Amino acid sequence: MRIATTERTVHPVLIFWTIVGWVGFLVLPWYGIDEGFFRFEWLFDGYPMDTDHAPAAMLLAMGQKWWLAPLLLPLILPLFVLNRRKTEPIYAKVLISAGAFGFGWLIAQGFGIGIRGWSFDWLEALFGPLDDRQFGMGYGALLLASAYLFFFTQGIAARGAVNGDVFVVSSIGGVIAIVSIFVFFPIAKTLLAAFITEDGSYSVAVFLAKFFDDRIWALGCLFGGRCGVAWNSLFLAVLVGIITTLLGLVFALVVTRSGFRYKQGLRALTVLPIITPPFVIGLAIILLFGLSGSVTTWVADLFGIRPTRWIYGLPGILIAQVLAFTPIAFLVLIGVVEGVSPSMEEAAQTLRADKWQTFRTVSLPLMRPGLANAFLLGFIESMADFGNPLVLGGNYDVLSTEIFFAIVGAQYDQGRAAVLAIVLLAFTLGAFYAQRFWLGKKSYTTVSGKGDAGVHPQMPRRLSIPVYAVAAVWTAFTVIIYLMILYGSVVELWGVNNTLTFKHYITAFSLRLDEGGIRWTGSAWDSFWTTIQIATIAAPLTAAVGLITAYLLTRQSFAGKNAFEFGTMLSFAIPGTVIGVSYILAFNVPPIELTGTGIILVVSFIFRNMPVGVRAGIASMSQLDKSLDESSLTLGANSWQTFRGVILPLLRPAILAALVYSFVRAMTAISAVIFLVSAKYDMATSYIIGRVENNDYGLAIAYSTTLIAVMLTTVGLLQLMVGKTRIGRRMDHGSGG
Amino acid sequence: MANAVIHGKAASVSFHNVSKMFGKDVLAVDDVSLTIEAGTLVTLLGPSGCGKTTTLRMIAGLEMATRGRIMIGDKDVTGLPATDRDVSMVFQSYALFPHMSVIENVSYGLKFSGFNKAETRDRAIAGLDLVGLTQYAERLPSELSGGQQQRVAVARALVLEPQVLLFDEPLSNLDAKLRRQVREEIREIQQKLGLTVVYVTHDQEEALAVSDRIVVMRNAGIAQIGTPRELYDAPSDAFVADFIGEANLIPCSVDRIAGDMAEVSLDGYKTTLSARGLPVGPAILAVRPSRVVVTRGTKSSGGMAARIEKATYVGSRMEYTVAADFGQIFATVEDVDTAFAAGDEVTLGFEDRGPVLLPPS
Repeated sequence: MRIATTERTVHPVLIFWTIVGWVGFLVLPWYGIDEGFFRFEWLFDGYPMDTDHAPAAMLLAMGQKWWLAPLLLPLILPLFVLNRRKTEPIYAKVLISAGAFGFGWLIAQGFGIGIRGWSFDWLEALFGPLDDRQFGMGYGALLLASAYLFFFTQGIAARGAVNGDVFVVSSIGGVIAIVSIFVFFPIAKTLLAAFITEDGSYSVAVFLAKFFDDRIWALGCLFGGRCGVAWNSLFLAVLVGIITTLLGLVFALVVTRSGFRYKQGLRALTVLPIITPPFVIGLAIILLFGLSGSVTTWVADLFGIRPTRWIYGLPGILIAQVLAFTPIAFLVLIGVVEGVSPSMEEAAQTLRADKWQTFRTVSLPLMRPGLANAFLLGFIESMADFGNPLVLGGNYDVLSTEIFFAIVGAQYDQGRAAVLAIVLLAFTLGAFYAQRFWLGKKSYTTVSGKGDAGVHPQMPRRLSIPVYAVAAVWTAFTVIIYLMILYGSVVELWGVNNTLTFKHYITAFSLRLDEGGIRWTGSAWDSFWTTIQIATIAAPLTAAVGLITAYLLTRQSFAGKNAFEFGTMLSFAIPGTVIGVSYILAFNVPPIELTGTGIILVVSFIFRNMPVGVRAGIASMSQLDKSLDESSLTLGANSWQTFRGVILPLLRPAILAALVYSFVRAMTAISAVIFLVSAKYDMATSYIIGRVENNDYGLAIAYSTTLIAVMLTTVGLLQLMVGKTRIGRRMDHGSGG
Repeated sequence: MANAVIHGKAASVSFHNVSKMFGKDVLAVDDVSLTIEAGTLVTLLGPSGCGKTTTLRMIAGLEMATRGRIMIGDKDVTGLPATDRDVSMVFQSYALFPHMSVIENVSYGLKFSGFNKAETRDRAIAGLDLVGLTQYAERLPSELSGGQQQRVAVARALVLEPQVLLFDEPLSNLDAKLRRQVREEIREIQQKLGLTVVYVTHDQEEALAVSDRIVVMRNAGIAQIGTPRELYDAPSDAFVADFIGEANLIPCSVDRIAGDMAEVSLDGYKTTLSARGLPVGPAILAVRPSRVVVTRGTKSSGGMAARIEKATYVGSRMEYTVAADFGQIFATVEDVDTAFAAGDEVTLGFEDRGPVLLPPS
């Protein structure tokens, strides 16, 4: 006979978080440690008496930081309900109020008191001047904040939310908290920054002036002048969206509706954008069409014309982005083209439509929402792309690079960066919204569980000829581009001295053995190891957050679920440059001071890549029949035990995919990273961009090639590992319901 | 240690004015009150969408009642989630965990019930023994046939000795022959261990075969509760009559009430039946197809003249569609050797225990 948890008077989870809270308050340093917490130098550097390293309790005991005192109350209160039953109203009441007050006060004091005393004038007016200050919160504060948060969620659960399920309520609370802190807070901070005047006050006029700046919205190019960056970005994104969608459709048709034999080879194309750092295509384009590029010089010799820099600007970015994002459209459209039920097409054919009529009147219209979807994805990717415009942009300014130059350039104008970020965000969010709410309901290609016995008809002749031609040309082009990358890395100086050499690899990755062990003498090692390290830390965290979110979205129902889903998927539509800028604006000052640390890189990766984990999780969890969870619950497991014992083991492929994907994405990302790197934590991509800016193409390409090889290996290992996690001979259970 | 024996710890289940809303406007279960005695097998029967599965899931704690009270034994479980209820469920899709072996599946719930390792194993083996699958303990579910998977699911639920055992259309994924066999096994185990079992199905034959009592549901409410015999012989209204077995529903009129008998007439045919509380006036006569008597030729008295419209040979019997003045009647006749053909003139009558008087709809 089971003992209902509602009747227990021992609450291990509550005890755990109470201990965590006390450790945070009594033991760990309250404020952030400049040298890094995990070096533990602080232990020998005046701990626990030194103000910079002392825990909160010590600070209070020494009569300092009096504003931390109220934090003690909500820490003591839960002790009184430790042996109460959950069903007693006092249990929930105490935990909710302690959690809410503690968390609220922690945030209030963090924002209220900063490095210059009171952060707001009205606080000073109210309480008089404060001759004390505080820096960013550290691990002590982090533990205490978590304890408060989970007191609160346990209180809510005890009151009966989500059937009183502590694990689910706590997960929801946790995800909301971190998404608010690391997505909504920075974005809000950016919005605010757009309104700040030079003397620090807020003004709508300033925002309007910056927003309606001619540099953003001018339409001069229609009359032979220059256009604003917003129009540039929009024009480029629309073009890229259309072209990638068409090319993606072409490839999808070749793979699914032709007798083409090497389909698997084409499918490998879809791996390319994942493993290619975004600007590498740009580099290869320069090698081909740049001033001293092979094609340029060949044409120049042939026709006796002067080589020009025509590639820099719209043509270059367009070619590079189309190369980079066609595989994404391809990936989407394979699913769409395959998803059109063959019986529809067979029905059309039995109704006397010929192949071309079938394609035109049935297949194509059924694919329409999928095509729009692919277009919007291409649009968003192009808008958000930073690497290619940076390398190839020339005078063609786009939003993502303008944001960067507004922050790091000579003009250093946070307000302008913020306004540009808002414009960019408006475009991408608009597309994201359209994709989710307008297209989301229109898909005709829902794959039902029922087997569809039909076969897709082959393409009609008048379609197949142009499709083959385009596919062949584009495949050849892609292959050449990637060969160029390989070739470019072993050439002395491109276009000038074409002798083969390993010089660049040696400069970057040389190492020496001496008595001290291996000496990493190559110039790239530093950033390489940092990248590996950061990516290794970020990947499991990303996967964890993503899968828990996916679990909540697919398996639980709770109030505000739609908003929750929108919030967690939102960061997918936030371009990296916007994340970069907003993180700088938000985390450069207390209470959360992260700039210059490795943590900020890890955090930015987690929230950039989380939607991918969520999607992977949702996709595989919706294939697990819900009765599996339910039977586990009726057998007496609670939802955490169910998640651990049933769901996670069945999700191993999804977990691995999420892990590897976030690892690889962390290695190739540039747009957010370039704002967040520091001398101590330089990443591979930003190092490469630095080499490019110094016209050191050889090294840059050699390094990129190495990265691609590393990632190819990782993806390959994944395929091997996933291939082995099969369950039994067949997977035909759990299909009813 | 002695071999573990699986016992029943049967408890009763009762619903007190329970309602369940999905969202704001979908009423899945509407003010249902019912009591399921300890140690009985009760079937929830009804067409799809009648609320029977929702009712079952509310007993399990997988859905929470919007209004009303649910008791298991003498304990109020209305607010308890599934984890905390002493109830096990066997799912339509079996829901065996594909990554665990048969024995791991059966032990799964025991792990959370405070048994030590040896006890867990003993009980799991005992459970498998009960369904005759001990030799498959180390296999994965995917290596078993559908019927075997079903039995593992039953064993997994049984070993917890739940107060109530729930079955959600457990046989719908099995073929017809296996269905009969497994349902008999379930009934046997239920009676041997004295379990309280609540069983959902939309197959009336299955319900009649296994149940102590049947709860017929319709439009989120209860249409009738009774033993299989009661439901078949004395349906409370036209819906139940038609849903449990088939019935010809013929409009008629009650001419006179004498004591608890009623004189009924339809189109000149007169008969006397149990009044079942009906007043004089229009009513409905429900007649099972097997209780219709068809005789050759037109008789002068005691029958209704009719004509065979369709005659179908289905092996064990003949099925006739017969046209009478008041409409069509469906009749089954065991005699296949002297069959009628379409167009034959016949006389219809009803067997004595055949027709049941129902209120007009």
